[in-house]
Amino acid sequence: MRLTEEEQAMQAGALGAPRRWAIEQQLAVGRFFDAADFVPVSQVHLMADTESLGDSGVDMLEQLARAPEAERRVRVPTITDPRGIDFAAYERLGQTERMASLERRSITAFRAMGVLMTDTCINYQTIMPPVLGEHLAFGDTGSTIYANSVMGACSNFEGGPAALAAALTGRVPRYGYHLPESRRGTAVFEFDFRPRDLADWGASGGIVGRALQSYWQVPVITGISSAPTSDELKHFGAALASFGTVALFHMPGVTPEARDVGELFDGPAPPAMRIGENDLAAFYAGYGALGDKLDVVVFAAPQLSLIELDQLARLLAGRRVNATTTLLAATSPEIKAAADRMGLTATIEGAGSVVLAGVCFYQMHAREIGEAMGWKRLMSNSAKLVNIIGGYGYRPTLASMERCVASAIAGRVL
Amino acid sequence: MSRVIRAHAGIGPSVTGTALVAADHFSARYDLDRIRGVFSRPQHALYGQGYVGRVLVLLGAKGGVATSWMLREMVERGMAPAALLLNTANPIMAQGAAFAGLAFMDRFEGDVTMSIHTGDEVFVEPAAGRVTVRPMSG
Repeated sequence: MRLTEEEQAMQAGALGAPRRWAIEQQLAVGRFFDAADFVPVSQVHLMADTESLGDSGVDMLEQLARAPEAERRVRVPTITDPRGIDFAAYERLGQTERMASLERRSITAFRAMGVLMTDTCINYQTIMPPVLGEHLAFGDTGSTIYANSVMGACSNFEGGPAALAAALTGRVPRYGYHLPESRRGTAVFEFDFRPRDLADWGASGGIVGRALQSYWQVPVITGISSAPTSDELKHFGAALASFGTVALFHMPGVTPEARDVGELFDGPAPPAMRIGENDLAAFYAGYGALGDKLDVVVFAAPQLSLIELDQLARLLAGRRVNATTTLLAATSPEIKAAADRMGLTATIEGAGSVVLAGVCFYQMHAREIGEAMGWKRLMSNSAKLVNIIGGYGYRPTLASMERCVASAIAGRVL
Repeated sequence: MSRVIRAHAGIGPSVTGTALVAADHFSARYDLDRIRGVFSRPQHALYGQGYVGRVLVLLGAKGGVATSWMLREMVERGMAPAALLLNTANPIMAQGAAFAGLAFMDRFEGDVTMSIHTGDEVFVEPAAGRVTVRPMSG
């Protein structure tokens, strides 16, 4: 890879041990993907929940944080993905003091490096929305696919260590979605219907994701006749990224890089794969469990917007969640504060539910929570969550927010 | 009789191990019980099988970003595979392998899940872009 004088200085250790570690990590990845050079980034989004970090990851963060201040400070604005602990609620969820201790230690280390603890995966809705052509190092599949697709920004999936490295160097290897030629379409999916709610949008993303086999594929979505909302695209993209490890989609006429399909292919577009209501029904059927006792309902993955929390509050107003079922809703600290101020939290929690801030359920040591609380049957309107959570020992069911709430009140899957 | 499979140059040290192969994808968060060292996602082709110390041979990456932290955590606890071989990597797997010092390769000549079988003895040389396979029956 071609290195600037500054990058060579980082590699030589002239800017301190943390930046040398960082650029060595990036060089290994850049060479693996045949990157020619580095590209500067304007912001970093860092995933580092303590379940993923483990003891060794937290030890490593603390080691970096012990470096002199000039050597350890991040070089570009760096914000965090959801954490693993909501300190206001962790004891009620069966989380342990050991988990809380790891969390405190990692927060202290990040603050010493100048990381802003935003603790959100909906940073593109709540912190600083990316813009067309902006180069980023985003570290959550949902935030990356949204930034790339809906905003037209440029980022690869930058996992926690890679995002931390980008924060320390202020750049990333130039490969993948930083290159215009990688952003062309590779497949077309024609929708015969319009998804009705957020669960449908997530399921639709899941259907497309299942049909794709590689990070390097770029689906082009047609048949959506009018602009979806930000929350609808959020669920669509998050599920597409989760089921298919996809980082970019185009929806001509909606997303900014193409007005029609023809602009996305150098030659004729490939034949479209048609997605119909029957595909949607089959997707839901894979998560069916009608009549089962319901242990927990989770609204998360991605964290809820203020609009989603308002919808949830309206559904729960004056009702009571069944004593045998727990209902959790996770959002960002900023949105939680707004929900508190507007009375939404009081309505939701008044119905016997819990609003969590700065976390996302699958990033909270979900296996240990399930074992501590005796939870198996989980219901959600997030296709991303039901895709992930089976590996943690849960039996997931996907349904609309309305059906999830009705089931939580009944104590069984309706 | 051993044979050699070529690939793009990879990441990590040279290692030897016994292959565990499936025509399925990989995510440490989605698919593994990392405490017990087994595949825990019921839908995964290797559900219930132990992966510790094996050369994992799979189609590609799936799912989220957590694998990049988790591979190192697994290596540190001695609960990692010996190597990871995929037809097609995503950035997360490469970043995780670099962070963990785990042997990792992709872009093989042909479908690597068809070239290597479960139980084969495999010598993985990432820097050279080379994998030497000694079939189980050989």
